[in-house]
Amino acid sequence: MTRRTRLFGLFMLGLLALFGLMAAHAALSARGAGPVLREKALLVRRLELTDLCLSTEANYTRHLSLADFHTAFQDHPLALEHFPAGALLGPPPHLRRIHGQMD
Amino acid sequence: MARWIDRQKNVLDFTLSSLLRRKGKNLALLAVYTLLVFLLASVMLATSAIRKEASIVLREAPEMVVQRTVAGRQDPIPLAYLEKIRDIAGVVSSDGRLWGYYYDPVVGANYTLLVPREDGPDPGSVTIGPGVARARLASAGDTLEFKTTSGDILELAVGDILDTDSELVASDLVLVSAADFKAIFDPADGLVTDIVVRVANPRELQTIALKIAERLPDTRIILRDEMLRTYDAVFSWRGGILAVLLFGVVLAFVIISWDKASGLSQEERREIGVLKAVGWETSDVILMKFWEGAVISLSAYFIGVLLAYIHVFFFSARLFAPVLKGWAVLYPQFRLIPFIDVSQLTALFFLTVVPYAVATIIPSWRASVTDPDAVMKGIR
Repeated sequence: MTRRTRLFGLFMLGLLALFGLMAAHAALSARGAGPVLREKALLVRRLELTDLCLSTEANYTRHLSLADFHTAFQDHPLALEHFPAGALLGPPPHLRRIHGQMD
Repeated sequence: MARWIDRQKNVLDFTLSSLLRRKGKNLALLAVYTLLVFLLASVMLATSAIRKEASIVLREAPEMVVQRTVAGRQDPIPLAYLEKIRDIAGVVSSDGRLWGYYYDPVVGANYTLLVPREDGPDPGSVTIGPGVARARLASAGDTLEFKTTSGDILELAVGDILDTDSELVASDLVLVSAADFKAIFDPADGLVTDIVVRVANPRELQTIALKIAERLPDTRIILRDEMLRTYDAVFSWRGGILAVLLFGVVLAFVIISWDKASGLSQEERREIGVLKAVGWETSDVILMKFWEGAVISLSAYFIGVLLAYIHVFFFSARLFAPVLKGWAVLYPQFRLIPFIDVSQLTALFFLTVVPYAVATIIPSWRASVTDPDAVMKGIR
């Protein structure tokens, strides 16, 4: 085996080892996150929260599950989405049930 | 077996020296390929971590929220509706929630003002989320001013700041007492923002929701399952900027693969011709090209996924932050918990590594079955 092949082998082994470390880090972090997640869940229960706080720029991106079809067009019917987060976060699936008759 | 391994080693060695001869081109290819994998893996890791965390945390969300809609918009709901809901068999309790949005003109941020029904702050004081504390540079004991609907300034003391670990659910929260909420927003008597309903048997949720919708036709009902499904579907590949991102990345990948599959460079063809002329079999040439594709695509896959992991879980997906932050001033700085979806990483592997390896082999096979003399002369 030449030096080149050996170096490449070591390089791939290094990458695989890092991949293994990544998996181990993820597993340990997820296991260690139990108390933090429980705290968050307790806060959600105590404050009766309905959504994650991912984006605060518009009410329908702050409370995604409480959004409705009118929010993106709230200024006038041709007012298309102008909040960047609105382009990333899609509408909740239950809107179809709630506003089905308006489709 | 030992002979087979030796053959692979020798071909790999030749492949590496061949790749190093075109160092610049192959390094550029590796960089672009790695970037594509990095982008796709970043989106996959971030969305699956958010989805997983939402599914755990929002399991404690209210079972049912009832909101009133007037002229297509959410409107405060009369307290009289509480009794009508409580009368429905199977309902354990129904309570009004007082909450709303407050735009802070001092820093230009939006807060969610909420009145906790239990253990709320005393009148005159507030508990704030970590994002609010950051935006207002506030700490416990400071005073925050709120502009009331009548234009007066209401000063409230910061009693406590919610834990930074709660950033993902409570970054923008300002917890106030009912009296202060009324002083700021001056809501009409007998109205609340919406109603939370608890039921005895979760299996009856749908039935009870239907009964509420029949009795109170101006309301809409959001069930906990729907809140959970919202975060399952919210980062869907089918819509929004993710679809655009995916389309761009796939297109770039198709261009790279097409470039490989549509033909070899003159130099590569000549190399194959020489190899054939010195006695290499077609299978040897294909094996060499397979190794070439494998070296590039495996390296790009591993490096891309590792960089994406570091980007999402150590740097809080900074590249996506501008989109989520948008025009907002208050941006939740949450640290995602690394929940890795193995099936997604496997799908990414088959989506990126396999097509590239195949695309590398096809033109080499075409060149290697041609007469070496014709290949060296550049005749296809």
